[in-house]
Amino acid sequence: MTSLDTHSDPVILEMRTITKEFPGVKALADVNLRVKAGEIHAICGENGAGKSTLMKVLSGVYPYGSYTGDIVYQAEVQQFKDIRASEHAGIVIIHQELALIPELSITENIFLGNEPVKRGVIDWAEARTRTRELLARVGLREDPETPVKEIGVGKQQLVEIAKALNKSVKLLILDEPTAALNESDSQHLLDLILGLKGRGITSIIISHKLNEIEQIADSITIIRDGKSIETLDVKADGVDEDRIIKGMVGRTLESRFPDHEPKIGEVLFEVKNWTVGHPQVQDRMVCKGSNFFVRRGEIVGFAGLMGAGRTELARSVFGRSYGRFITGSIYKNGKELHLKNVKQAIDAGLGYVTEDRKSLGLNLLDDIKTTTVSAALHKISKHFVVDTNKEFTVAEQYRKSLRTKTPSVEEGVAKLSGGNQQKVVLAKWMFTDPDLLILDEPTRGIDVGAKYEIYGIIQQLANQGKAVIVISSELPELLGLSDRIYTIFEGAITGVVDKDDASQESLMKLMTSARKTA
Amino acid sequence: MNALKKLFGGNTRQFGMIFALVALIVFFQFATEGRTLTPGNVINLFNGNSYILILAIGMVLVIIAGHIDLSVGSVAAFVGVTVALAIRDWGIPWYLGILLGLALGALIGAWQGFWTAYVGIPAFIVTLAGMLLFRGFNQFVGKSNTIPVPADFQYIGSGYLPEVGPNTGFNNLTLLLGLLGVAFVVFSELRARRTAKALGAEVPEGWVVVTKLVLVCGAILYATYLFATGRPGTSFPIPGLILAVLVLIYGFISSKTVVGRHVYAVGGNRHAAELSGVQSKKVNFLVMMNMAILAGLAGMIFVGRSTASGPFDGVGWELDAIAAVFIGGAAVTGGVGTVIGSIVGGLVMAVLNNGLQLLGVGADLTQIIKGLVLLIAVAFDVYNKSQGKRSIIGMLTQSFNRPTGGTPLQPDEVTSTKETISREA
Repeated sequence: MTSLDTHSDPVILEMRTITKEFPGVKALADVNLRVKAGEIHAICGENGAGKSTLMKVLSGVYPYGSYTGDIVYQAEVQQFKDIRASEHAGIVIIHQELALIPELSITENIFLGNEPVKRGVIDWAEARTRTRELLARVGLREDPETPVKEIGVGKQQLVEIAKALNKSVKLLILDEPTAALNESDSQHLLDLILGLKGRGITSIIISHKLNEIEQIADSITIIRDGKSIETLDVKADGVDEDRIIKGMVGRTLESRFPDHEPKIGEVLFEVKNWTVGHPQVQDRMVCKGSNFFVRRGEIVGFAGLMGAGRTELARSVFGRSYGRFITGSIYKNGKELHLKNVKQAIDAGLGYVTEDRKSLGLNLLDDIKTTTVSAALHKISKHFVVDTNKEFTVAEQYRKSLRTKTPSVEEGVAKLSGGNQQKVVLAKWMFTDPDLLILDEPTRGIDVGAKYEIYGIIQQLANQGKAVIVISSELPELLGLSDRIYTIFEGAITGVVDKDDASQESLMKLMTSARKTA
Repeated sequence: MNALKKLFGGNTRQFGMIFALVALIVFFQFATEGRTLTPGNVINLFNGNSYILILAIGMVLVIIAGHIDLSVGSVAAFVGVTVALAIRDWGIPWYLGILLGLALGALIGAWQGFWTAYVGIPAFIVTLAGMLLFRGFNQFVGKSNTIPVPADFQYIGSGYLPEVGPNTGFNNLTLLLGLLGVAFVVFSELRARRTAKALGAEVPEGWVVVTKLVLVCGAILYATYLFATGRPGTSFPIPGLILAVLVLIYGFISSKTVVGRHVYAVGGNRHAAELSGVQSKKVNFLVMMNMAILAGLAGMIFVGRSTASGPFDGVGWELDAIAAVFIGGAAVTGGVGTVIGSIVGGLVMAVLNNGLQLLGVGADLTQIIKGLVLLIAVAFDVYNKSQGKRSIIGMLTQSFNRPTGGTPLQPDEVTSTKETISREA
């Protein structure tokens, strides 16, 4: 449905029949995108559908000549040869991974590569003044001299936008802007984007959070398998989440969670009085006397805002891989465990799927088969020699059972989409055959179709009698998946709610207030 | 071109490396009017570079793990002088001397490994300090004198395989070694192919395998011929034998064992490795310690070759070893590199050195050319990576680790200028 009728609204950007090929893969095939001036245009699609590639073509990361098709921007065919060229034209892209330099101050970051110069010397006074104005526009109350590393991810995102505004942006592209943000920061950011729209700035937003898109987008272009499928007008077409999902996966998902009949057994794993000190900051506790337990076959959710201490709790339990001055006790099947390092934790039957896939979960230089066996090398080796045939067989087996999309298990993990990377990470931990598997944000940055599959895998693990802990920022996910949910606020467990009694509102209350019940 | 690529697994970089080496040899063979591929020159080349190549084996592991070792030259010199003194003053036999040298290497390695792995000081700093420290120790212990070693100790640095069996006109042990190498290559290639087929993995076409085997075996046999027909009393050199054994062992360790996997994992992403149960401190410690042991060995071989230990032994070796590793496709950021790639990288430098010397090119020009080669090789790699290809020479191992076998694949070696320089100093 790419044949949009010509509306009266002026079109700021039109991408016509864009085709981009990588060796052996056609990432984009005849994609069309038409963005009206002053609107918020969302691009939806599963991971690997080609959204980010399309934006990279637009912003000049893939220069003119490396793709076919035309980019018509402000009524002219553009031939961007790099990012500077597209920025010069007023197109600014904010990537999922922020491009700020942590050691530099907000001012220095905003003016990086664009420093105001007076007689050959940087005019910092001018820069600071302008930074203050920009920060006011994005609603960020911070001293312009604060190093970026000292402010949270949410605020860093705002700094990025201020930086874009400073470049007199006309078309702002946001790639998964809220993926790392908590609810209130997300809301603030969305409001800001709406505010920018009021000032005539056009935005293109890529997001997996469909509720947000529904909330702010004027139109939505759906991309599937490198092709533009359709463009929806949100108000006129009465688009809702289900409608978007239908477009993205090409079918209606009956339910976003697979059906699951929990088979819960006895208590398998229990943590008592768990207290953890911050690794750098003296006298700061990231976990305060936490008590929790998980039963066989049970999926337990951990809800909490970013920075509440969920990851810290999980990692400190997982072989003390985080924090110091750790006290408390861990019991498995009623027997106390003394875990000094990750290796002992794995040997004791624990597994931990990290929150940050790329920096903590994967060695991006590895291929699929080496990654799959990397946490349980002893299972495929004899006298410390790795049996590479077994390695191949094991990886192949998981590729099939988890339906990882890849030409072969010898492919590098860096080439996979987020969902498929996550499947490889899951395979790695499933191969260690843990009794307790902790999953930290298992579906972050993963598209709807792959999410559904990953939920299925998690439920399957629980059905095999394993205990599963899921940490997530997405409350609907926890509500749909967990049998029981603990809430965490500022390092302390503030409550535990059974699935049937839980609602987003009740959880949110517990996640934002001090201990009521334990 | 495509057919050639297929032969080497379709990897541009790896193809490029081997191709560059072969092209260099062919070029110098013509330019020197046949003086490159003579038994005498090839043997000389091997003798003169084996210790650098041994260092490159340790260095590639250090670099894969994400570190660097600047101290290897000084460590080699310190171990060399200590062993020479122990043999002369305490009168210990040569084999105890070697054991002492290896133990001293291990001790030095433990020292550097401790600071790197457990205290967390970057290896660059630790080994920069080590470079000064052990050079100082070398001159302190040896009082900056030249200390000769006895003939039986010289055997490890300048000995040859002995003549045994019937008079065939060749050196029989060298012939045997060559034939074993060929058998090993053919056997492992065929076995790898069979298991790959059984597992349902992709296998190259039949003619590819046959051509590859013919080429590799041809190279081995030709090298065998050169080594076996040297001037009487010479044959396959002992340092070359030590090197071949080490290449086999470390090639195997790095690609096939749990420890090897852990080294790559730590270098590729330390956090991910730790969260997968890899004890990264231990790995870093072992890698640094191993490097110092090999440096000790290289130092002893050099002393054996030059019949005496001196205060300027090993000056600049670290740079030769590091250059070999990077030409061989390792990444500065860690996680990437192979033992065999580094050996090929070292050979490229060695052949270049030797050929230029034969042509009578001065040390000044030789250095300029070597510098440019290093730069261009790495630039080629970086360019390939930016094009999104997997440039990593790592693939070398997959198709070439086995084929190399116990015999040197490339019939060539050089007397390094380094050696001449340190002699003169």
